[in-house]
Parts: sequence; structure tokens; C-alpha cells
Amino acid sequence: MNKKQKNVLVRILVSAVLLLGLHFFLPETLPRWVALLCYLVPYLIIGHDILRKAWKGILHRQPFDECFLMAVATVGALLLGLLRTGDFDEAVAVMLFYQTGELFQSYAVGKSRRSITELMDIRPDTAHLEAEDGSVETVDPDEVEVGSVIVVKPGERVPIDGIVLSGVSALDTAALTGESLPRDVKPGDEALSGCVNQGSVLRLRTTRDFGESTASKIMDMVENASSLKSRSEAFITRFARVYTPAVCFAALALALLGPLVRLLMGLTPDWGDWLMRALTFLVISCPCALVISIPLTFFAGLGGASREGVLIKGSNYLEALADTGIAVFDKTGTMTQGVFEVSAVHHAAIPEEELITLAAHAECFSTHPISLSLRRACAEPIDETRVTDVREEAGGGVIAKVDGREVACGNTRLMERLGIPCDECHSLGTVVHVAVDGSYCGHILIADHLKPHAAEAIRALREAGVRRTVMLTGDREAAAKQMAADLGVNSYQAGLLPQDKVTWVEKLLAEKTGSEKLAFVGDGLNDAPVLSRADLGIAMGALGSDAAIEAADVVLMDDDPLKIARAIAIARKCMRIVRENIVFAIGVKLICLLVSALGLGSMWLAIFADVGVMVLAVLNAIRALR
Amino acid sequence: MKKTYPIEVDCANCAAKMEEAANKTAGVDKAVVNFMTLKMIVTFSEGADPREVMPRVLANCKLVEDDCEIFFK
Repeated sequence: MNKKQKNVLVRILVSAVLLLGLHFFLPETLPRWVALLCYLVPYLIIGHDILRKAWKGILHRQPFDECFLMAVATVGALLLGLLRTGDFDEAVAVMLFYQTGELFQSYAVGKSRRSITELMDIRPDTAHLEAEDGSVETVDPDEVEVGSVIVVKPGERVPIDGIVLSGVSALDTAALTGESLPRDVKPGDEALSGCVNQGSVLRLRTTRDFGESTASKIMDMVENASSLKSRSEAFITRFARVYTPAVCFAALALALLGPLVRLLMGLTPDWGDWLMRALTFLVISCPCALVISIPLTFFAGLGGASREGVLIKGSNYLEALADTGIAVFDKTGTMTQGVFEVSAVHHAAIPEEELITLAAHAECFSTHPISLSLRRACAEPIDETRVTDVREEAGGGVIAKVDGREVACGNTRLMERLGIPCDECHSLGTVVHVAVDGSYCGHILIADHLKPHAAEAIRALREAGVRRTVMLTGDREAAAKQMAADLGVNSYQAGLLPQDKVTWVEKLLAEKTGSEKLAFVGDGLNDAPVLSRADLGIAMGALGSDAAIEAADVVLMDDDPLKIARAIAIARKCMRIVRENIVFAIGVKLICLLVSALGLGSMWLAIFADVGVMVLAVLNAIRALR
Repeated sequence: MKKTYPIEVDCANCAAKMEEAANKTAGVDKAVVNFMTLKMIVTFSEGADPREVMPRVLANCKLVEDDCEIFFK
């Protein structure tokens, strides 16, 4: 509790005791105005700031704020007591309960804000900085400069991104990915901040500032995500703006029309009774319970998702995620491991090892995954001095001189361009044709494997309510067809260049019905245009990849495709709570309005409608965290 | 130019009112108040000087919600 809250608590206790004292010990024979003066003491103790704020509100022409409503309601009740009933308890009690409710609200919101933020906080408060003489000092991680040496002891979190200088250990990446899969590190490896050191002492050379490190960036992103507001939030804010004035005018109508109608019907007007009903209306008109519950739910939902390694960059994206009807995937790196292996050599006119060696050398300056797999398959170490005159053929492959022999490596298109007849391959995978000195020497088959959970992930998506799953790939038709069948996707499109993927996503966007959304899932490396074109861009396996985090709306920190369905499930749950809160809060308020218009309600009911609804909505919102 | 300021405000509805008031201030292109993190993110119009605009934003916010604070230096 902060100072302000403690102050209010003291005022509540003092005025509550005074009120009870007056209620039981004030002689009933006293004139009403004397009783009023006595009751004014606890009233002013508990309500002076409300009255002051209400007065300022009037001066600033902001009449419909809740302080004004409370002031009118309680002053009205006091006047009623002075002129008719002689009962002043109610006015003081209403103010007392209102303040208690406000206190509870600010405490509950503050508490949940802190607990959510703490759960998300994966940044350590300290770093152990090693000086040049080897002495270690514990400092604020903000003060550690790039290139310093820090020590991470077992059981501690890595505070700042760095490269391991010495020590071999395993890092628990659970805080980043949601999976507690240990990642082994040795000297030369990168250690990302937020991971927990599970093994022995590590010394790191920092590569970033604290503020630029992975853990800080993730924290910033999740915290700021709730600034991108959702449609539900915009709706409730708009609703609140109309709701309060509407209820105020209804209260006025109630106070005037009720007695007038009774007069016309020849009954006693009962001014006091109708005034009381109108004042109760004013207390119910406070929209705070509505307004707080929605952003709090989103905040909890975003926090809960981030703990599972799903970073959602805005409340609006969380909302879109829950409406996903069409899911489009990139194949390589998303559904497959993106790790290629040489699986066969066909039609080799020269010994297979020699063919692979030649191809690996010709491709040795490329960083394409295919080239990497060729190099891994090569039995002898790569000697770059054997390679000269490298020419990259865009969209085709590479031509280079290896040991003075001209080697052409690439797809069918390259062979056609060179006028070399080649054999088509009927097996699954990517084919690299090799021609030496203009004559065809066979082809190398390179295959990628599906991720272990890929098919299960597609099934889970369907169960989560995704109507259509589509796989897009640059791969050949035959390979794509087989893979699509293995995965169980609804449809696939093969042989696409990166720009074709955008066209296809646009085509699918046109097929959407109603409010459903299209999500594109990629690895975030070369599909930035598609990620931004889709309603929702989801990047996978983004741990440590700034480019992917930048391009996508939703970031899955590890590369398990099952997380897509998990993310949708989290979003659905959060949206369900949001809807529950909206219906519940508005519903209870409307019922209370109705009941008090009929004269069955009291100020107590009105206070419940305000504070009770808020507390229940806040408790419900917190469920989104789990 | 976009800047983030810590704020202090008691209720969510008041935060929404502050956002509206800040958005109506000259020199502010777009203002977003995040009640959960107690931050105001202000995008200033072309050529506007935050040091000149922010006192006016605060004054406008005070008009609608007396009990608020924006921390800018």
C-alpha cells in the first residue's frame, strides 16, 4: 500500500468509528440541524477530497465525473435527511463505502499490475562485473558497458547478452521460450540474457547494453503491447463516454417525471422517494468497473502468453489471433526443421564422393542452407584455394572453377540455361544437378525433415477452430504434395518464389468470411513482406533473431509449431474473459438500474454494483494469466 | 517523434479521459495512455518541441482529471 492509500484507509477507519458512535449515541431529541452538523464531521473527513474534485470538475466544465456524481448523491441524501427523514446515516455510509471501494480498486489493480509485471520480469537486478585484475564486483546491469567481462554463477540469470569466454554449462531457456530445454554452451557460443545458468560458472564478454539485451527487449515489448489497443477496449471506452451522461439524464428524468406522473394520476407525488431513486442511479452510473476490467484482462493475457514463449505485440493482435480462421504456412523452417541433409546421389557419372566434393567446393562461398548441407556431407575438409571464378546464377545455382575444372551446380533451370540435358528426379527433396566441364555428372538429392510435432500441430489448429490450413513452398510439386499429405493441410501451393507468396496470401485474404483473420506463419527470415501483408504475421524460432521479432506481430520464441495452436488457445481464453467481463459488468449495472428505478434498490445495492462488479471483474481478468 | 512518459492516475476511466485530452492538445499527433503500465506514449507533430508541448498536455489533462500527473523533465 502506498502513502496515498494508507491515508485513505485511516480516514475510512476514523469516519466509520464516528459514524457508528453517532448512530448509536446521538439522542433523537436533538433538532435536525444539530444532528446534521454532527454528521457533517465524519462526512467531511471521508468526503472532502471528493467534494473538492467535484467542484473543480464543475469549474472545468467536466460535470459527469464520478466525484461529481457522488457529491450530488450524498449532498442530496443529506438535504433529504434535513428536510424530511432526519436520517443522515445513509449519506455518510455511501461516501464511506465509495471510498472503501475506490481504495480496494486501486489496491487490487496495483497489486495485479505488480504481480503480472513480476511474473514477466526476466531481468536480473545485478550483474557481476570482472575488472582487469580479476576482481569481481556486483553492479547494476545498466552500468555494464559493451565489451565488459561478466561472471554468471550457477543458478543465476544471464543479465546481458554476451559471448562465452570460459566455462562449459547448460542454459535453461524457459524464461524466453516457455520450454525448459537446456541449451549447452561452450566458449565462443552466444549466451542470451534471461536464460538461467544451470551448470558451472560462466564468464561472458558482453555484446550489448543491458537495455538492448534480449531480456530487456522482450520485457519492453510485452509491457508496451497493451498500448496497441483492441477493438474491445475502444468499444468499452466509447460505451463509458455515452453511459455516464445517459444515466445522469435518466436520473434527472426519474426525479422529475416519477412524481409528476403520480400527481397526474391523482396520487401523492412522493418527491423524497423518487429523489432517492435518482440519487441511487447516479451512484450506479460510474463506469470504472467496465473500463478497468478490459485492459487488465489483456495485460494479464499478454503476460501469460509471454511466459509460454509466445510474444504478442499488441492487444489488437491478441484479438486477431482469437479470430484466426485461415492459417498459411511457409514450409521450410516452419513445418520442417530447415536443416538439409544429403540423402542420395543419383545417376553419378563419376564416383559419388568426388561429385559431392566438387559440388561442396563450388558452393563453398554461399550461406544457403543447401550449400551448408553439401559442405557437411563432404568427406574432406573444404579448401577454398581450390576454387576460383565463382559466379552466382540468380534463381539457379552456382558456376565455379574447382581444381581448374568448371563445375555447375544448381536446379533444372540452370541446366536448361546452360543447354545441358539432365535427368528429372522423382524422389522427395531438393535436387542439385552437377555438371563438370559442360557434361552432366548426376544429381545430389537433399532432403529436409518435418518437425516432430508438425502434423500434430495442424491437427491442434483444426481443433482450435482454424477452418483452413494452407502450405506455401518454393519446393517442387511432387515434394510439396507428399509433405502436404503427411501434414494433413487442406491445400498447398508449390514452386512459389518469395513474391508469389504475397500474391497467394492476397488471394486467400479475399476468401475470408465475416470477421475471421488470416495468419501467416513463417520463420521471419525472408518472408517479411508476407508477414506484414497477412492480418497476423507469426514468426517462429525467433530466439535471438531481431529481424524476425521486428517483422512479426506474434513471435514464437522457440520453433515448435504446436505453439501456434497454443497461442490461439491463450488468445481465445483471454477474449472469452473479456466478453464475460463486458457482459457481466454491463449486465449487473443494467439490472441494478432497473431495480432501483422500481424503488427496490438502495444505495447499498448501488455501491455493490460499482465496487462489487469491479472486484469480480478484476479477479476474473487475472485468470487470463494462467 | 515519439516519447514515453511515466504518469500517475487513479482509475482507468480517468486514464481514458487523459488520453482524450492529450490528443486534443496542439502539437500532439497521437497520444496513447496505457493504464496498466502507467505510461503515456506521445507522438508529436512535425516540428513540435516536446518541451513546449508537454506542459500544455499536462494542463489539459489536469482540466479533465485534477488528480493526475505526467512526469517530464
